[in-house]
Amino acid sequence: MFPTCRLALFGSFCLFLLSFYSAPCAIAQESPYFVAYDHYLEEPGNLEIEYFSTFGTERGGNDFHAYWAEFEYGATAWWTTEIYLDGQTTFNDSTVFTGFRWENRFRPLKREHFINPIFYVEYENKNGADKILKEGEGHDVESDFLVSNAVARSERIHEIELKLILSSTFKGWNFTENTLAAKNLSNSPWEFGYALGASRPLALKASAKRCTFCPQNFVAGVEMYGGLGDRHSFGLHDTAHYLAPALAWNLPSGWALRISPGFGLNDNSHQLLMRWGLSREITGFGSMVSRLFGGRK
Amino acid sequence: MKAFGAALPSCVLFLAVSVVLAQNQDPDKSPTSAAPKYDPPVYAELQKAPKKAQERRNPLENDPDAVAAGAILFEQHCAECHGKSAEGTRKAPSLRTLEVQNATPGTLFWLLTNGVVRKKMPVWSKLPEPQRWQLVRYIKSLGVSAPAAESPAPKP
Repeated sequence: MFPTCRLALFGSFCLFLLSFYSAPCAIAQESPYFVAYDHYLEEPGNLEIEYFSTFGTERGGNDFHAYWAEFEYGATAWWTTEIYLDGQTTFNDSTVFTGFRWENRFRPLKREHFINPIFYVEYENKNGADKILKEGEGHDVESDFLVSNAVARSERIHEIELKLILSSTFKGWNFTENTLAAKNLSNSPWEFGYALGASRPLALKASAKRCTFCPQNFVAGVEMYGGLGDRHSFGLHDTAHYLAPALAWNLPSGWALRISPGFGLNDNSHQLLMRWGLSREITGFGSMVSRLFGGRK
Repeated sequence: MKAFGAALPSCVLFLAVSVVLAQNQDPDKSPTSAAPKYDPPVYAELQKAPKKAQERRNPLENDPDAVAAGAILFEQHCAECHGKSAEGTRKAPSLRTLEVQNATPGTLFWLLTNGVVRKKMPVWSKLPEPQRWQLVRYIKSLGVSAPAAESPAPKP
């Protein structure tokens, strides 16, 4: 792992420690999704620090462990902005820092509706060794990952990704549908993908006592995602698709844990994508930063 | 290496945006006061609840545990902005005013569900309906606090 990668990961780790020891935290009400998004944005002024891992199998090649740190900030009640730092380890090969992403989600409507749209805009600056599989797009298939890290990382990718998130909440259930269009800013065609999700807390009423293992702290769900080809060859041929049950555990201490085993649905998919994640929400981060620069106490 | 070189300015930009937004919060509020002065327009949102929503009854009105559960939910999700005793902070208004306490349970439930997105109150429909009703029970149980009650009450 080269030094800048170490520096980035060390920085993320320090922020994580900061959140653990000093910052006030809020109990998060996290959905269990890893790929799909619902229409809930970060609360204004709060910063959520997240770490996620994906272990993936690779037929005919080396299995891998990809990971990313995510810093999600509620700029306003209608705008959430996020920075991702990504890396991966391919077994019997090497560990590489694969790039960063800057993601923004906007809520155009003031009120809650039966279907709630969210606009999503992301810029990705990554290399070809990126394996976090944060979305399914285009004709991305398992065999793309057979290339060694040394070769794959030499390819630079600047990509814009747009999503339309349509999400509904009904009787405690959340249903979400994400449509994706991504464009590599080099001369590549638009690529398309989708993600679907459904989730529900295990209990809808809150307990009158503080508890860690109460069913309302757990949210179970399932998500399905995959590619839809590109502008020249739209459709399901030569695309990978996954089905992944998922569980989130929102602890009263402010931490949230998530786990999701994903299963490939066709021969183009990795057979198993085992994902897990840990997150913590820092309340009043905007005010803390403001005070740091001499703002109001 | 190049990616990290680009990531650093992005992080700085991210921080700068945070600072600007944080600095812009509540420009009309005194920098020294923890709680805002009584501000009637803040409560005008309550009037926007549709009649049908206003008339909804709290299904947990007679649930003996609802207030206790609502208190925990309030502490977890609302106290950060509205204050531990719901008397308001510079981020969000007091919930112990006549406007809030006289509002119907249905109105408060509607406001929780829809938020006031343009004024920093998030949508809380991610809490299941029964939990929002538990919150309403708790908020209604707080009553009007003395200082807040003085301003809106008509003087003889």
